[in-house]
Amino acid sequence: MRTSKAFKIFRVAAITLLVLFMLIPIFWMVISSLKTNVQIYDVKNAFNFTPTLENYQKVFDQANFGFFMWNSFLVAFVSTGISLVLGVPAAYSMSRFLMKRQAIVVMMARVIPAVSLLVPWYYLFALLRMVDSYAVLILSHMFVSLPLILYIMMGFFDGLPQDLEEAGQVDGLTPIGAMMRITLPLSVPGIATATILSFIFSWNNFMFALVLSGANTKTLPVAIFDFIGYASIDWGGLMAAASVVTLPIMIIALFAQKYVVSGLTAGAVKG
Amino acid sequence: MSTSNPSLNPDENRATAGGEVKTRTRPMHTSASEKNQTRTRKSFSDWANKHRKWLLAAPAMIFTAGMLLFPLAWTIYLSFTDAQGSVRAEKNFNGGANYVAVLTDTDRFWPAVWRTLFFTGGVLVAQMILGMCIALLLRRSFRGQAIVRVAILMPLVATPVAVGMMWKLIFDPNIGPANYLLSFIGLGPYQWLAGENTALLTTMLIDVWQWTPMVALILLAGLTSLPEDTDEAASIDGASAWQRFWHVTLPLIWPSVVVALLLRGIDALKTFDILYSTKGRGGGSFHEVETLNVYAYGLSFDYNEYGMASTVLLLFFGLIIAAMLALTVRRGEK
Repeated sequence: MRTSKAFKIFRVAAITLLVLFMLIPIFWMVISSLKTNVQIYDVKNAFNFTPTLENYQKVFDQANFGFFMWNSFLVAFVSTGISLVLGVPAAYSMSRFLMKRQAIVVMMARVIPAVSLLVPWYYLFALLRMVDSYAVLILSHMFVSLPLILYIMMGFFDGLPQDLEEAGQVDGLTPIGAMMRITLPLSVPGIATATILSFIFSWNNFMFALVLSGANTKTLPVAIFDFIGYASIDWGGLMAAASVVTLPIMIIALFAQKYVVSGLTAGAVKG
Repeated sequence: MSTSNPSLNPDENRATAGGEVKTRTRPMHTSASEKNQTRTRKSFSDWANKHRKWLLAAPAMIFTAGMLLFPLAWTIYLSFTDAQGSVRAEKNFNGGANYVAVLTDTDRFWPAVWRTLFFTGGVLVAQMILGMCIALLLRRSFRGQAIVRVAILMPLVATPVAVGMMWKLIFDPNIGPANYLLSFIGLGPYQWLAGENTALLTTMLIDVWQWTPMVALILLAGLTSLPEDTDEAASIDGASAWQRFWHVTLPLIWPSVVVALLLRGIDALKTFDILYSTKGRGGGSFHEVETLNVYAYGLSFDYNEYGMASTVLLLFFGLIIAAMLALTVRRGEK
């Protein structure tokens, strides 16, 4: 198709504007985290400053973010791992045997407002004296991860041809053997997608940790609030904390872009 | 293994068996036990293979049902009681009193309903239109498209609470760059998040920044799967760009549009992190960004009004289901 020169210029300008609009806020957060509070208040001279790591020192030394980071990582890692073990076989079965109704029950978990589950969970876990334990956080995060993994993997298994498995069965494999030796190795890209997305969602999750975690298990998104006081906000510290929370995830997304995109758009094409 | 007790290892027995008698009796015995062993293994394997449908699906379903159905039933029960204070406190059945109280509450509940609908409707319209524009803009490949696709991915994966904090600084009326930049073109200063009337719109703007890329990516995936020739054929027939989009492209990617609407709609109704991180408890001092989710959270964990909170949540859940059904029914018509 022919495109006029004016249109080409418009297109380049629009794309540039889009990229700037997406990245400048993040850039602003990061440079603010490298400033003292006095420099942050001087918005007219935003780019005239010497970077300092003072805020990051505060975040890690005083606010103990190393520990919260470990909590976030541990919860995300374990909940993703267990969800994969439960979710991938279930997705396989639901895809192969067209268990639409059962899948809908699991998908309900994605639709229901989480607060309505938090009250009973809190009640139950308080009775069991499990609030502020890793187990509770992992269980609650699995509740997000599992439907996500199921959703992504069902779409993936739907797209895998069944002939290969049938050929394997002709060669003497049992149905489960065929799944383990033929389908699962072919599913590695799908599993990678599901893993990364589940990890990101767990890392970013805020509400469950807000209610179910305590001093011993606090995760990063909850820990950010330590920098908001009643009277004033420590902007430098807050921006450094926000950067510490979100930059690791952005770096993961940078390197695993293909998987993140295919996970986020799962189900978009088959309709 | 080869040095273990011979009686436990039939193969070893057979291999080392020396005498005639031994080879006559022992193999008889071992082959029987071998058969037995393989029979149990085989029958388990048969059983597992036969029931693999449920065997594979059951753990995930039991987990989800346990975490979902019991709490849901509990919430329904609580919504008919006056539960409040401590989770252990005594509670009494009070019929539909909570429902009457909530549905006649024009102070907090109904404003929260309208805010939820306004927020969801507003961000959905903005995100669908902008997302479609971005998808069409990025549809055909160009130099540097990898960088652009990474750039639009960043808001999506960013931690929502951190995003809220980030924009809180940018929209700060005094030290934020937003007002400073707008002053160059003679606009503002605005109160943004601090203003009673502008706070909700500002949070919507943040939501649009974070989630428009999601819509764009979904629609882009839909566009990429389309054949080019239909568009070209329409072009040769003399259809204008708008006609081609409206009559050719849009109907073809409609399934992707519905997926984007559903996913975004559900999440927009339930928005919490951005609202809580920018305005704190109760959606600010005038409840200016208090949506149903924020209201229900406050009732549950700030006021410990578990009975009332459960009522609000069930009504909220009903609203979400109704919205989903409305979308999927229209999908059936198309």
